[in-house]
Amino acid sequence: MEAHDNCQVNYEELPQILVLEPPPIMIFYGDQFLKNFRLLKAWESQLPLDQFLTIHAQSVQALLSPGRYLLTTDILQLLPSLQLVVTTSAGLDHINLPECRRRGISIANANDTYSADVADMAVGLLIDVFRKMSSADSFVRKGLWPTKGDFPLGSKLGGKRVGIVGLGSIGQEVAKRLHAFGCRISYSSRNKKPYVSYPFYPSVVQLAKDCDVLIVCCGLTQQTHHMINKDVMLALGKEGVVINVGRGPIIKEEELVQCLVQGELGGAGLDVFENEPNVPGELFTLDKVVLSPHRAVHTAETLMAMCELVKANFEAFFSNKPLPSPIVLNN
Amino acid sequence: MESIGVLMLCPMSAYLEQELQSRFNLFKLWTVPQKPQFLKEHASSIRAVVGNAAAGADAELISALPKLEIVSSYSVGVDKIDLDKCREKGIRVTYTPDVLTEDVADLAIGLILAVLRRLCASDRYVRSGAWKKGDFRLTTKFTGKTVGIIGLGRIGMAVAKRAEAFNCPISYYSRRAKPDIQYTYYPSVVELASNCDILVVACPLNEETWHIINRGVIDALGPKGVLINIGRGPHVDEPELVSALVEGRLGGAGLDVYEKEPEIPEELFGLENVVLLPHVGSGTVETRTAMADLVIGNLEAHFLNKPLLTPLV
Repeated sequence: MEAHDNCQVNYEELPQILVLEPPPIMIFYGDQFLKNFRLLKAWESQLPLDQFLTIHAQSVQALLSPGRYLLTTDILQLLPSLQLVVTTSAGLDHINLPECRRRGISIANANDTYSADVADMAVGLLIDVFRKMSSADSFVRKGLWPTKGDFPLGSKLGGKRVGIVGLGSIGQEVAKRLHAFGCRISYSSRNKKPYVSYPFYPSVVQLAKDCDVLIVCCGLTQQTHHMINKDVMLALGKEGVVINVGRGPIIKEEELVQCLVQGELGGAGLDVFENEPNVPGELFTLDKVVLSPHRAVHTAETLMAMCELVKANFEAFFSNKPLPSPIVLNN
Repeated sequence: MESIGVLMLCPMSAYLEQELQSRFNLFKLWTVPQKPQFLKEHASSIRAVVGNAAAGADAELISALPKLEIVSSYSVGVDKIDLDKCREKGIRVTYTPDVLTEDVADLAIGLILAVLRRLCASDRYVRSGAWKKGDFRLTTKFTGKTVGIIGLGRIGMAVAKRAEAFNCPISYYSRRAKPDIQYTYYPSVVELASNCDILVVACPLNEETWHIINRGVIDALGPKGVLINIGRGPHVDEPELVSALVEGRLGGAGLDVYEKEPEIPEELFGLENVVLLPHVGSGTVETRTAMADLVIGNLEAHFLNKPLLTPLV
């Protein structure tokens, strides 16, 4: 439904979208990209959420969900007319999927809009850990090069065995990039991918045993929660490096910190943590760790593309057209 | 070979020192109290010089070593060696190509990602506790950006291959267009800079390429452009670079080399759009070992009258 330039559109007649909390695109760019819709902004109300929804959201058909706000059964129950959830994330771990499936609620996500940026971040973190870039940059800025002399040597990337955990869109982009660096790629995934030539490992521990690096690119589910634990890290070994651009809880953070501090693990590059924005203080003392504040997708280009995709999904829904980036809910 | 005098010009590798010490009569120039005195005493026994990116056999040193037969550089860049003088005197020169190509190219891409995606700045952000107060700002996407490479030799080609995996269109400048290359050629550095987002310096340093990155090139690259220098400091007019960065006329820079290492203009220390590395392009355990083995292999080959492994002259 388009707002025509040459006639007054009654704001009340614009299709309504419920927004519980502003997603990053709205924080960075405002809500102009959704100007053809009427936004019901729950966070601006003084009312507690359940009251707000009961009073204002009974006929709401569409919801814009940011990646971190939990869409629980309790909330969904207060939205009897809900037919569509558009999430700005690629991950779906914040949405009660069984409940959506039961209610016949469609979901559209970021699809692979983010994949390149996340892959770029994963590769960047890996190079940083191996070649100690952040540590060296810090060394230089403290004026230590003239006084302390040569900076410690890093480790060569070429020939290293990289295990990708989760070979979805992001994992495949990571593989493509690291292949060009001469890394030897293998992977583990829920299922073996039929057209992929990289060696497949059914278990992450087996993958870790045969690799120098693990790159976590999978989604957070019940199965992947704390999947990267002490056993996996010990299998990876004292020179092993873990890169996480998935979700913090995929790694058992307590054990990661222990292994790093005790020298059981060689290094880590982390964009996500179990309890963001809190990061275990022990990691701050380690040079072999590179830390990033959950921003693998926060580039201007990609967030603008995300605005366009979100808008396109809502426009399609309200015009009864196929969604550009629908999720198929598996059983 | 223990009687053969080998002069090492500066500290560069404990491993290399050990290996040279066990095979030759090793002199370490940096431990000598009085250079002129030392040269007077020992010059006639020195038949080889080992230098690196920081120090090489220049005309003065060559003149002071009448028995010099071979200069073996622990580097691929030979700008510190007087090659003409070596040719004139029949002195062999070896260097360390190929073994460090991948590491240097890896670091070039690392620098690009670090600058565009602010990896080092955001690592500092988290460590300072600032994340608890707010999110880090938006950064710039790398995938798909145009990468311009100055010098399409071994290292330049390796950078191109990696950047292609990020879907980056590649363009280049070199003295002549390369016939079998699919990348876009520009006949001048200014034109290359005008038409790319990220400019990578990957050529050797010589008279023609000194200050090849000058004010004109920096202006052409512009306020959104990023310069990556993995070549030699003197490739860049450093004061011009610093003022362009400070004034916002250049978008960012990733530097591994500087005009007067280890000195770096302090104005750069406060800039978030700059990444500063202490000349670590080939700085991995694996590669430095391979480089040292090449230096030793070349020296041994020479003194055993066998073909040199990686001769330049």
